[in-house]
Amino acid sequence: MTTNYKIIGKPLPKVDARAKCTGETKFADDLFFPRMLFAKLVRSTQPHALIRGIDLSRARRMEGVKAFLLGNELPIPFGILPVSEDEHALCIDKVRFVGDPVAAVAAVDEETAEEAARLIEVSYEPLEPILSIEKALATQSPQIHDYAAEGNIHKKVALQFGDVEEALGDSDFVLDDLFFYQGSTHLPMEQHSAAAKLESDGKLTVWSSTQTPHYVHRAVAKVLEMPAAHVRVIAMPNGGGFGGKSDPFSHEIVAAALARKTGRPVKITLTREEVFYCHRGRHPVLMRSRLGINKDGTITGLDFQTILDGGAYGSYGVASTYYTGALQTVSYQIPRYRFRGARVFTNKPPCGPKRGHGTPQPRFGLEIQMDKAAERLGIDPAELRLKNLVQPHSLTANWMRVGSCALRECIEKVLQGSGWSKKFRKLPTGAGVGLACSAYISGAGLPIYWNDMPQSGVQLKLDRSGGVTCFCGSTDIGQGSDSVLAYIVAEILGIDPLDIRVVTADTDLTPVDLGSYSSRVTLMTGNAAVQAAERARAILFDAVSVKWKIPKSQLIAGGRKIFDAEDPAREITFAAAVQLAEAMFGTIGTVGSYKPPASAARYKGGGVGPSPAYSFTACVAEVNVDVETGIVTVPCIWIAHDLGQAINPLLAIGQAEGSVYMGLGEALMEEQVFRRNVHQIPSMLDYKSPTTMDMCNVVTYLVESPDSNGPFGAKELGQGPLLPVMPAICNAVYDAVGVRIDEIPITPEKVLKALRAKNAGKPARFGPGEFPPLDFGEVRIVPPPWEGGDGTAVKQPPAVFRMRDD
Amino acid sequence: MKQLFHLQINGEGIQVAAPVQKTLLEVLREDLGLTGTKHGCEVGECGTCTVLIDGKPVLSCLMLPVECQDCEIVTIEGMSLAGRLHPLQEAFAELGAAQCGYCTPGFLLAARGLLEGTAAPSRSEIEQALAGNLCRCTGYLKIYEAVELAALRMRGLDPVT
Amino acid sequence: MLRLPSFDYFQPATTEEVAAILHAEAPACAVVSGGTDLFPKMKRRQLAPRTLISLRRLGALHRVAGEPEEGIVIGARVTLAELERNPMLCSRYPAVAAAARAISSPPLRNAGTIGGNLCVDTRCTYYDQTYEWRKAIDFCMKKDGHVCWVAPSSPRCWAVASSDLAPVMIALGAKVRLLSKQGDRLIPAAELYRNDGIEFLSKRPDELLTEIHLPAVSTDLMVYKKLRRRGAIDFPILGVAIWLRPSAAERSVIEQGRIAITAVASYPFEVEAARKLFRGARLNCEVIEQAAEAAWKRAKPLDNTDLDMSWRKEMVRVFTRRALQELSDNLCG
Repeated sequence: MTTNYKIIGKPLPKVDARAKCTGETKFADDLFFPRMLFAKLVRSTQPHALIRGIDLSRARRMEGVKAFLLGNELPIPFGILPVSEDEHALCIDKVRFVGDPVAAVAAVDEETAEEAARLIEVSYEPLEPILSIEKALATQSPQIHDYAAEGNIHKKVALQFGDVEEALGDSDFVLDDLFFYQGSTHLPMEQHSAAAKLESDGKLTVWSSTQTPHYVHRAVAKVLEMPAAHVRVIAMPNGGGFGGKSDPFSHEIVAAALARKTGRPVKITLTREEVFYCHRGRHPVLMRSRLGINKDGTITGLDFQTILDGGAYGSYGVASTYYTGALQTVSYQIPRYRFRGARVFTNKPPCGPKRGHGTPQPRFGLEIQMDKAAERLGIDPAELRLKNLVQPHSLTANWMRVGSCALRECIEKVLQGSGWSKKFRKLPTGAGVGLACSAYISGAGLPIYWNDMPQSGVQLKLDRSGGVTCFCGSTDIGQGSDSVLAYIVAEILGIDPLDIRVVTADTDLTPVDLGSYSSRVTLMTGNAAVQAAERARAILFDAVSVKWKIPKSQLIAGGRKIFDAEDPAREITFAAAVQLAEAMFGTIGTVGSYKPPASAARYKGGGVGPSPAYSFTACVAEVNVDVETGIVTVPCIWIAHDLGQAINPLLAIGQAEGSVYMGLGEALMEEQVFRRNVHQIPSMLDYKSPTTMDMCNVVTYLVESPDSNGPFGAKELGQGPLLPVMPAICNAVYDAVGVRIDEIPITPEKVLKALRAKNAGKPARFGPGEFPPLDFGEVRIVPPPWEGGDGTAVKQPPAVFRMRDD
Repeated sequence: MKQLFHLQINGEGIQVAAPVQKTLLEVLREDLGLTGTKHGCEVGECGTCTVLIDGKPVLSCLMLPVECQDCEIVTIEGMSLAGRLHPLQEAFAELGAAQCGYCTPGFLLAARGLLEGTAAPSRSEIEQALAGNLCRCTGYLKIYEAVELAALRMRGLDPVT
Repeated sequence: MLRLPSFDYFQPATTEEVAAILHAEAPACAVVSGGTDLFPKMKRRQLAPRTLISLRRLGALHRVAGEPEEGIVIGARVTLAELERNPMLCSRYPAVAAAARAISSPPLRNAGTIGGNLCVDTRCTYYDQTYEWRKAIDFCMKKDGHVCWVAPSSPRCWAVASSDLAPVMIALGAKVRLLSKQGDRLIPAAELYRNDGIEFLSKRPDELLTEIHLPAVSTDLMVYKKLRRRGAIDFPILGVAIWLRPSAAERSVIEQGRIAITAVASYPFEVEAARKLFRGARLNCEVIEQAAEAAWKRAKPLDNTDLDMSWRKEMVRVFTRRALQELSDNLCG
């Protein structure tokens, strides 16, 4: 498949690899400007309270303090989703979690700013704190936000695709299970940092460790009430993102406001503890899943309910809620499907998108349930999955349009690689293997704020020296997006990736790209880059064909040259071709842009889930369980990922291994937990991120099934390979010792409790015991494609529909 | 109040005036412009700020300049010589061991500390030596491979990859 | 970035000078060697000594001297990395090397010292937090507050002993030398510790821990088993150290033995009942089970460190049993 490509599919180093190995790469906190001030945020020490007063007098007397900023100076709210712009740069009258920013101080150095921040006294009138899903559901008042759907329920969603109750009722059996997925955080190694500077012409520049400079640009301009054209946001290389730097943040806006207020550059770098308060990490999700299945192993229907613990603000939460129901149908054929979800507000740092955004939780439940179903049927769990596989180029019950799909091959790879048939149910007690699969989006079909413009743009400037500059708004967060741009442009123009200077993530210099989230970058910027590069090549070919008097179709670009395909000895260097074209047509520059195709899902709520292409993953985990301690160790994970086409297999394997690492952490040890209304463990020591001593071996298989919507057929792989890791490990624990851990992380005490329950003749399980009764509101009814309809909701249920009590 | 410290950094004698409580990490980054040394927690929990002192990896967030005045300090800026990358840097770049690159300087120095004492480390010795450095991107595997490749090359064995 | 508060810094050249400064400045001063415990705590404003006394120039404290047959003296400044690699310790006092190797991570072991680890501050998830975090829970009695949040009705602090080396020293019957202007004293390692999260050392603030005296060993067996969530960086949430001296006449008979455990109380302590059990006994399943039971009984972990406290208590039995089984295999093998 890759044989014709010179660069695509080759394991090249990243274009910025050497800079990252020499200390040369500048991250946001590495910026120092003359006369720069350093600012600190004063954060709430109350979980839920009204602000009664802020006393600056002691701090004001400190030498070196230059400015303060309070919430009422920036009254305009912001937030990543237009439906939940519920944040203020600094709280104005109310705080909603311990860590909520309340005031800011700028001083000549960070020590002084920190000391001054400590001297700012905030008086509060405490309100009842709400720290759990149960309490949020039970508390009508006080409300954390008054715009909530009701009480402290932020958002309710109810969608039905065909009569699920009928399908379950007609099934040979129905599995009804509860699952809980604990929250976790991204823990990027780099703490968030932003610097801002006002130029004498009144223009403002913000440098930030952000995955989404475009959204930061919009938020800064809005809150500071400046023309967006006068605000420039530059995303610095991110020292890890994983979704945690995808929202516009208080510290970015405050740095900008203080720079404007003082006329001096201002930098704010968060402490590790503050990063835990920024959060936007994995939502804790309580789930109930009812899976209907027939004796022959056919899935008949799925009824899935989720309640998300959202934390104190909206963030991406509405999208996260939909995502807990959007992609179950994309891996297996589910003829009828109902999803009901709700997100509650709690007095904790806001949850948002962490690698996999809203889909690891339901995937966890579904894949364990598939394992239980196979057990019940007495068939191999791989066989059950293979029997129900989603078909390539098909529509799902909820109108997701699946393109290329090699999930079957992925499953086969991991079964073979892991020696599944010799291990499953055959290893000695204490050792086991587990299988899980998943699907993920390659970018979302719709932008975050509604518009008809491209989601990604690329500009190319061809220089008569033979150099090419590629401008794009995309942000390299370590995944290698700068390199992907260079590889694609180099492949098409027939030059070397290092001949290309990549200029990215600068709202003044680069065309908009929405940002590094939802696994959209390779596909979307890749397509934009393909278009721009093909246009540039066409200009060069025009010039050369005129000069050589041969048709353009006869020209080939490669090896920094353009050739005559019929007379390969006839060649012109790339630089000479640019000069030729420049002489003929003037300065050479091209643009490319990309907008995803229209979605088949036309119902309200159908904006979350559609994607130009879906990736697929299969995973086998092998575990050892110490039955005396409950300690689970993972010697090896086999992961096969259908990525369409590897743009660079070296980087692709790196993404898969990194995803497995993060999944391993979530499965076994990471948890964002609270006690006495405060984050219990906001440190690198106590929040457990796997060390070298805890990492498993990983065997990665890249499976290629080029998708016509992807550049060179490429689909995502930055997030998908994380998804099946947690359930595969849980399923392996079951294979090892016969207990179900329906809740992550799988801590040793949970395993031991489940083993005790098993030995006492009780259900051999650890997991949630009940799902709170909750009215999810009116169900939006959308017939699945095979029951007619056009992807829109219908007012009346079709004739076959009848209500049943569940 | 500032004091004058005489430090040997990357083979150069450097004088710097700083308050005694300012850690080596802060002095490197803020007073000497050596921002290649990164920080992730500043309390000894992540390994990001690792530098070499007399050849041994230590955490610069927990070091006072006053305590290393008679020592040889090596930071990431001192790993390459005359524009030539250290074999570890080459291998890290070549094998994709640096994703976001933020933990990379710390890993490189910890790995160099290992290779200076153990020319041909086993996989287990590499894991042990790097156990104080957290990475959230790579899952460590590419880092191990890079250390192994560099170790081979430093012993004059350049495998055909 | 978390930063250190200001302090006066001294780098005395002799232990006498150290003792003199301690005498003048204690308790508002701290001795610093590796700084791996002190500096994080100062950055989080848990400790705020006005004066720091560096041991850097005290070369005499940076030595391992003696022979296993007569006993070993380890200077307080010997680093954990030096301990774990010391060939004589590795072969003759393997539990000392193993405990050192189990501490934190390689870069910290290059800086941290044996003296520092033996005097490491007690830990607690309500205490090992920044000033602002502690303010949010209204502080705790160990620093700036009045209540022990692990046991709010208790008059005392329940922070947890967290030294990996301490239980090994107690099990071995090691002694520590404490120096002050009044002279010096050599006390059993077990007597260095007090069962109180705040006053966790019997060492006076004006005293300096200078040396650790390991007793002579011949055919002695010893082991250290550490429980923690991750394979590195983490403090112990349980540490079991066992020392056994086989009878010279018959190797399968124990002449003397001790078990010491850490991280399940505010002090590392010996399980006295085990000492009686071991005397003259053979290390059979029954003795092992009884010793494990004795250790389990003594452990009182609370909810102020990692993982579930009742699970941690159960692990005392499992880890003690496993440690003894390992020694039993050695005895027989």
